[in-house]
Amino acid sequence: MTARSIRGAVAATLVTALSLTAAACSNPDSPKAGSGTGTTSAVVGIAYEPDSLSPLLGYGKDGNSKIFDGLLALDADMKLQPALATALPEVSGDGLTYTYKLRQGVKFSDGKAFGAKDVVFTYRTILDAKTNNPSRTELDAVKDVTAKGEDTVVFTLKYPYAPFAQRTVLPIAPEHIAGKQDVNNGAFTTRPIGTGPYVLTKWSKGEKLSFTANPHYWGGEAEVKKFTMAIIKDDDVRATRLRSGDLDGAILPPNLAKGFADDKGKKTYAANSYDYRTVTLPTNNKVAGDTAVRRALDVAVDRQTMVDAILNGSGKPAYGPVPTDSEWFTKGTERKHDVAAAKKILDEAGWTPGKDGVRVKDGVRATFPLWYLSGDKLRQEHALAYASDAKKAGIDIRTEAGTWEVIEPRMKHDAVLAGGGSPADPDFDQYTLLKSSLAGDGFNNMAWYDNKAVDAAIEAGRKSGDKAERKKAYDTVQRELVKNPGYTFLTHIDHLYVVDDRFGPLTTQVEPHDHGLASGPWWNVEKWKPESTGDTEK
Amino acid sequence: MARMTGRRALFAVPVLLTVTFGVFAVAAASPFDPVKAYAGTAGLTASQENLDQLRANLGADQPLVTRWWNWLTSALQGDLGDSSVMRQPVTDVIVERMGWSVLLAASAFLIAILLGTGLGVLAARRPGGWLDRGVSSAAYTLEAAPAFWLGLLAIWLFALKLDLLPAGGLTDAASETVTFGQVASHLVLPAAVLGISQLPWFFLYVRQGVTDALAEDPVRGARARGLSERTVLLGHGLRSGMLPMLTLIGSRVPELITGALLIETVFSWPGIAAATVEAATSVDFSLLAALTVLATAAVLLGNLLSDLLYGLADPRVAFDG
Repeated sequence: MTARSIRGAVAATLVTALSLTAAACSNPDSPKAGSGTGTTSAVVGIAYEPDSLSPLLGYGKDGNSKIFDGLLALDADMKLQPALATALPEVSGDGLTYTYKLRQGVKFSDGKAFGAKDVVFTYRTILDAKTNNPSRTELDAVKDVTAKGEDTVVFTLKYPYAPFAQRTVLPIAPEHIAGKQDVNNGAFTTRPIGTGPYVLTKWSKGEKLSFTANPHYWGGEAEVKKFTMAIIKDDDVRATRLRSGDLDGAILPPNLAKGFADDKGKKTYAANSYDYRTVTLPTNNKVAGDTAVRRALDVAVDRQTMVDAILNGSGKPAYGPVPTDSEWFTKGTERKHDVAAAKKILDEAGWTPGKDGVRVKDGVRATFPLWYLSGDKLRQEHALAYASDAKKAGIDIRTEAGTWEVIEPRMKHDAVLAGGGSPADPDFDQYTLLKSSLAGDGFNNMAWYDNKAVDAAIEAGRKSGDKAERKKAYDTVQRELVKNPGYTFLTHIDHLYVVDDRFGPLTTQVEPHDHGLASGPWWNVEKWKPESTGDTEK
Repeated sequence: MARMTGRRALFAVPVLLTVTFGVFAVAAASPFDPVKAYAGTAGLTASQENLDQLRANLGADQPLVTRWWNWLTSALQGDLGDSSVMRQPVTDVIVERMGWSVLLAASAFLIAILLGTGLGVLAARRPGGWLDRGVSSAAYTLEAAPAFWLGLLAIWLFALKLDLLPAGGLTDAASETVTFGQVASHLVLPAAVLGISQLPWFFLYVRQGVTDALAEDPVRGARARGLSERTVLLGHGLRSGMLPMLTLIGSRVPELITGALLIETVFSWPGIAAATVEAATSVDFSLLAALTVLATAAVLLGNLLSDLLYGLADPRVAFDG
């Protein structure tokens, strides 16, 4: 009797505890987000959360921000198209003045009209030193921006800068809202209002961003009415939630994307990218700064094997910041993997093999450290493969891991496994990577590269407005890099996305190094035409 | 009792002051650079001039003591400053996220305490019995299992294989409104995993405490006087067996906060824990200091609570002061 009553009491305690959980379970009518809701909504999983959604602080500076529009936009082929401007800008003969005519009748999503004053406000605010915009350097060429009447904006530049129009894809903020609050921390940074195809309805930080189609969008209302970006930092969790039907699409690393290859309901998209991995060979290092060593490493490295083994085939060998399939790539500058040739170069330069196989010249051993960002598996694997290839040619590279705080003070003398890439114009990468005057300026020209011919060519490339002339300049740069490579470029990495098939065949854009919100097959989600059957229940 | 609470509150002031200064000092001594963290990938192409301007704008160039004093004086006036990593006022960050973390931690705590006590009493009732042996070995295994691993396991089983519960988030991914039903169903897995990861300590303490208590003279006396087994077990055994567990409640608070941190990441739960990590690695002084004050206050309150409970549960224990 007593024992039973005790059991009863304890059971009651247990039941109370369990019922707490059970009560929460009994919610059968909540539909699964993904596959059940037809085609007018899409949920995608992304790995990075933006710090802010304010264009004034750098959000969307490379175009495709869902909430905003720039004066211009980039299409699937990375060609400039008019957006808030009615046409591409008129450029003055000396390349110093850019004039944009603005689209009329465009409204911000709060109903207020868009006008020239908003453009002037946006650019002037970004250029203001009090604005904490870390990308301000990109607008370095701008001297001033002024409005001429309601529908014209004129930029005057400090120096002729051919790729300037590419910079004007950056989103325009409304002066009547953003101009009335603290630009660095105001409400606008988390509750933005723009002219774009989507309106942000909710940003649950750390969880997701929810958008609805802007019914008054000047480009026509999007068919995908609801668009959600779920922020899921862990790769495995993202793959799991994609499999469970929680997500319609997600960015995935190659090994996890492979798991969806046999899934008939999902398609894998590999987005071409300008995202390169490279080894900096600092000029100040006695070994890495020697042209013979640099050239030897350039041919000793087996790029194709890195693509196959490290990237599972999702990428391309890289010979410079410009990918081999870009129109700006100089054909014939590809370097073949050839260890014998590497050895010959070193022999001729007087680097003779020592007792332990490591080469020596004038008492200097051919050895230097190579740093990579700790925790970044992709960089680690690249670094190890590079060191093992170099070993075969008699160069001893010691790989070491560290955070940027550890690496940065050593960049002047030690090699670093770096990454980068911005696709819109060849100037963007090459100028900051190679210009000798930028050596040691922040993370610019990390290799302290110093080559007069290259300096002249990249300067010519950014000043000339003529495309043929620019192409010639960048050809010179790439040929010079064969003769004296300040970096060993290893691979260009494809970004992989798995997306539900019902959204039809999608496109991807050439992508930059960092995966912004705008990357992936959803770069143009406002133009998606999902299969209209709606019968997608599994 | 009121005197003790008052004294503890008074004592909390210097503790909190020291802790905030400690946070500023440690953050300043850390190799992390707030400007690099603020700029993110854009910093990789920014000019030195741009970075220097940012440093000045963020106030990162001021000496440690100045920064701490400025933060403290404005915090006392109710302005907690701006979070550099979240680009919004610290108050907004905390208001947005705090509630969800408290909900998660409280549910988990409740599960851990109720289940732990219940199972502990049952196990102590028949030491060495099948229930005792089964639950004890499970508890030891759980103690060794990391919370995030349990989380991934739970997602795999309940979301993927059985399709019973959502795998993460606060609401369904496509939903824009936060409804009670949605939050409740999304809370089950993270709260259960966090609760179960905390459960072994409560279970083991209660089991031991009650077993010991049942072997003591007063219990034997009570039994001899013919009191019912229920009165003996709950009135005597549990009451004195609970004592060590009450202390445990307070001391588990920090563990709960660290556990919540991993769980929030695994389940994309929009709480404050993830923000804490970000604040620390980005040397976001204002946010980090505010969050540390909150965490310290939670621990102090936890200790006070367990001391008060201890006093209430056992009349032999006097309140200090």
